Amino acid sequence: MSKIDSEISKIKFTCKDVRVAYSGKEALHGINMAIDDRGVTAFIGPSGCGKSSFLRVFNRMNDTIAGCTVTGEVYMDGQDIYAPSLDPVLLRARVGMVFQKPNPFPKSIYDNVAYGPRIHGLASNKAELDHIVEKSLQRAGLWEEVKDRLKDSGTGLSGGQQQRLVIARAIAVSPEVILMDEPASALDPIATARLEELIEELSQKYCIVIVTHSMAQAARISQRTAFFHMGDLVEYGLTTNIFTNPADPRTQDYITGRTG
Amino acid sequence: MLNSVFLLVLVLAALMAASFVFARRKAKATVVAAGEGAGLIFHSQPGYYGWLAGIVSGLAALMALVAGANLSLNPWMTLTLMMVVGLAGSYFAASRVSAEFRARTYVEFFIKTLLVTCSLIAVFTTVGIILSLVFESFRFFQEVSFLDFLTGLQWSPQTAMRSDQVGQSGAFGAIPVFTGTFLIMAIAIVVAAPIGLLIAIYLSEYAEKRTRKIVKPVIEILAGVPTVVYGFFALMTVGPAIRALAETMGFSVPTQSAITAGLVMGIMIIPFVSSLSDDVINAVPQSMRDGSYALGATKSETMTKVVFAGALPGIIGALLLAVSRAIGETMIVVLAAGRAANLTGNPFEAVTTVTVQIVALLTGDQEFDSAKTLAAFALGLMLFIITLVLNFIALIIVRRYRARYE
Ligand SMILES: Nc1ncnc2c1ncn2[C@@H]1O[C@H](COP(=O)(O)OP(=O)(O)OP(=O)(O)O)[C@@H](O)[C@H]1O
Ligand SMILES: [Mg+2]
Repeated sequence: MSKIDSEISKIKFTCKDVRVAYSGKEALHGINMAIDDRGVTAFIGPSGCGKSSFLRVFNRMNDTIAGCTVTGEVYMDGQDIYAPSLDPVLLRARVGMVFQKPNPFPKSIYDNVAYGPRIHGLASNKAELDHIVEKSLQRAGLWEEVKDRLKDSGTGLSGGQQQRLVIARAIAVSPEVILMDEPASALDPIATARLEELIEELSQKYCIVIVTHSMAQAARISQRTAFFHMGDLVEYGLTTNIFTNPADPRTQDYITGRTG
Repeated sequence: MLNSVFLLVLVLAALMAASFVFARRKAKATVVAAGEGAGLIFHSQPGYYGWLAGIVSGLAALMALVAGANLSLNPWMTLTLMMVVGLAGSYFAASRVSAEFRARTYVEFFIKTLLVTCSLIAVFTTVGIILSLVFESFRFFQEVSFLDFLTGLQWSPQTAMRSDQVGQSGAFGAIPVFTGTFLIMAIAIVVAAPIGLLIAIYLSEYAEKRTRKIVKPVIEILAGVPTVVYGFFALMTVGPAIRALAETMGFSVPTQSAITAGLVMGIMIIPFVSSLSDDVINAVPQSMRDGSYALGATKSETMTKVVFAGALPGIIGALLLAVSRAIGETMIVVLAAGRAANLTGNPFEAVTTVTVQIVALLTGDQEFDSAKTLAAFALGLMLFIITLVLNFIALIIVRRYRARYE
């Protein structure tokens, strides 16, 4: 994607002075950032710098952590997602999340994928639900492997299959955004390659934000990269620029492997 | 008597302590005498030589005590003998202190033997109890046919006592007794399952940490109330209350009834259900909840569709354990259920249970080999088998459930 393309692409999220604190201890110190609507934005940075904390800002999952407070403003399509009138439950249906460790429910493969559509009433009959499940599994690249055993438990799949299952589960509710927190950390190189293909494909339709510890992965799949360091956003820009010509010495040190 | 036991223990302890100190000091001195770095070529640390001496002297003294008792020596002679033999043992152990002597191996062997003995005591007791149950039941079934016992609809063992009376044969049909047990158990579980589960859900998902810290122990106190107190409570409070309530509605219920016993027993097992279920619900990983929340599920949806569904096998296991506990419970039913072996499914009648009948059969004047007393063993055996099977199934379910998240 060229620079021009990304500039004309719409903005999905705008963050103004976002701070995240755990029991009063600040983990993110005022982040200002805009995230593109289409394509992949990667968050990189040393462990503990606040990538996951920041990712959870976008679907308000920090709300579920006792003692965690978020201040500042976050707009999604111009709408304040921390407004008191906004129900985080509805927000999370629009902003999906894939966790570091695949966490399929101890239910059948079918029921895992159908979980979201069922609670949100997205299908009016069994045939529609079947269709959603099939389509989601296909998009996640898992359909061929599981179509004959949809009744089997989701927890019985391999790690890579589980990760694709939870991705299918996330896209089954047709979110606008998919947040991924180190989705490849439990996968072997082959499964990782498949996952990256999948991410690239999904990025045509979704806004994808991904946390990764792999520089190579960020370089391969993302259009924009944000580098975090000790709770600050140090540098943010086109991935090609960040990796070839970082402006900040901390970024330089990190991507060349001198820190973190 | 108490004094002399105390004295014996004191002497024994002093003897062993002295041996320990003596041998350890000797071992240390030997190491020092052997020169720099000699500690390394010694097989064991000095402390082990001390322990060994203590053990040897203690065992020797105990043997002397037994010998003294068998030879009916007078107490002072026995005591002297113990001292002499104990000191000899201690001296012997200390004399063996050398670099090659494997004191640690012997001490560890002794400790292992001690541990094995302790577990064997438990195992043999269990085996002994089972054997006696089986054996006595076998004698019972020589007098009363097994089939009659299992399928008979009438239970009136009392008549069998009076050989001068008509109807002396007595009836040992266990069905009414087991019906009573299961009826009360069913009432108890109907009371305890929903309440216990809701408590568990509240505690694990909704309660603040502080509330939980207070409420959980308070509920667990319920489990510590002696069952006789529950029985008392059933007989004096719940029974009359139910009867009064029934009277206002125009029908009569005896003070002792299945419903009274079942209700109170249900209250008794609430803490089992709630605390076991709470553990099970807590074992559902946070990542399951996160996965559900991230899909836009509400708290109650997450609770019912993910957490509860995931914990269900464990909860069933918990309920089965509670049931097996309820079946074996005695005091509440003795006081609150009655003794009449009515074959009924009506909770407002007096019924009897297996445990109540065992108590009834074995209290009062007994000849211990009449069919009447032997029947208690047969009932006990059946009860034992039922609870064993229940526990077994519960354990399998719980284990399979655990494996799921590992
Ligand atoms: N639930 C929590 N409770 C308290 N402190 C937390 C919690 N989660 C994160 N933190 C703190 O916030 C800071 C940022 O953590 P975060 O998990 O966002 O880092 P990260 O960049 O995702 O690290 P990693 O790469 O290791 O996943 C850390 O100092 C961490 O200790
Ligand atoms: Mg993280």
